[in-house]
Amino acid sequence: MVNEDWLNAPHSTGTSIMAAEFNGGVVIGADTRTTTGAYIANRVTDKLTKITDRIYCCRSGSAADTQAIADIVSYHLGFHGMELGEEPLVETSASVFQELCYNYRDSLMAGILVAGWDKLKGGQIYSIPIGGMCVRQTVSIGGSGSSYVYGYVDANYKPGMSKEACVDFVTKTLALAMSRDGSSGGCIRIGVITKDGIERKVILGTELPRFYED
Amino acid sequence: MSSIGTGYDLSASQFSPDGRVFQVEYAMKAVENSGTVIGLKGTDGVVLAAEKLVMSKLHEPGTNRRIFNIDTHIGMCFSGLIADARQLVDIARKEASNYRSQYGVSIPLKYLNDRVSMYMHAYTLYSAVRPYGCSVILASYEDDQPLMYLIDPSGVNYGFNGCATGKAKQSAKTEIEKLKLGELSCKELVREAAKIIYLVHDELKDKNFELELSWVGKDSNGRHERIPEHILADAEKAAKQAMEADSDSDTDDL
Repeated sequence: MVNEDWLNAPHSTGTSIMAAEFNGGVVIGADTRTTTGAYIANRVTDKLTKITDRIYCCRSGSAADTQAIADIVSYHLGFHGMELGEEPLVETSASVFQELCYNYRDSLMAGILVAGWDKLKGGQIYSIPIGGMCVRQTVSIGGSGSSYVYGYVDANYKPGMSKEACVDFVTKTLALAMSRDGSSGGCIRIGVITKDGIERKVILGTELPRFYED
Repeated sequence: MSSIGTGYDLSASQFSPDGRVFQVEYAMKAVENSGTVIGLKGTDGVVLAAEKLVMSKLHEPGTNRRIFNIDTHIGMCFSGLIADARQLVDIARKEASNYRSQYGVSIPLKYLNDRVSMYMHAYTLYSAVRPYGCSVILASYEDDQPLMYLIDPSGVNYGFNGCATGKAKQSAKTEIEKLKLGELSCKELVREAAKIIYLVHDELKDKNFELELSWVGKDSNGRHERIPEHILADAEKAAKQAMEADSDSDTDDL
């Protein structure tokens, strides 16, 4: 019988995601590929998921797990925001993510970047990898594709970049990751979160920046 | 209270025909029997002061405190029944601790105030429980902003720049109104608070008392703490001097 493992393989966002602080906010970005084994189940996925108006998360790992977590956190923070009478903090949001990811670490496969803007600390990024750790970073990458671009990020990230420079940096990093990682690809989705909310854009697969390709 | 004894004051879950809940009003009486506490909000923090009446000379000094820490940046003081207040301190501490473990940051006072108010209000709704016999003042300093709330036994709360509750709340309020709260710093308010407590203390009815002072603000690095010994001694001395000067001028008038 033919090996039909791929039919039963879970949907997962074998992914390239990233977030970077610039002066005035954060830029978040992700590729758009969702795979079921070797099969591309969705080539235009949105892995930048809204939690509140100014807090988003980039999801990697199991699509089902991360969607469920994002839904729960979004509910919690919506409720909390109403009780507080103001927008929840990014730190608070990261803490709620961490609580879920840590408590259910044995049954979840989720690597999440929480990014957003609040009036207390401005643009912030919190990385919550598998296992439920939580750490604040000024720039963070995640997903299977990230392994290929750590050096690029280290070499090219500058604190206090302009918005345009930061978007350009995120786009290039993701394009590089997607070209090397088989389970990342498609388009690039970008979100720029500032005090004014989010500004989103898509860079189509045909318009990705290109590098040495021999 | 002409309606006393008409049977409408037996339960907190029943209105009187003119729309009052007597059990709650009696709880406020319990508050009025206890020593005065005041809270003063200045430019760079909040000062809490309590007149702790000492019933017996045999009591050890510093027991039955009336000012408590809730979280590092939050203080709570009360007037009324001490045992009731301790229960409220306990639930406030639990709220603060739960908030910290759930949301990773310290609890905003606005939120804590809401929670404690709701809790106290719940005890005015059922016949099986009695309302809390105390008013509490919550004070904090967060994001370089001093905050203060007062909650009554009914569960009603207000934000204050200066507040007083307990035996001599009226005369304390009159004294507080004389201060320019918007301009004074914590260091200055400590002296004022001590003066007010000494001034409103009724020597004839209550002989001994201990002055308790705490602050939260810039001077204490945003932490709620008892006021350092030397500052307390200094404020207490100034208050006593002010009292003597006051009584001298009184005799002059005669």
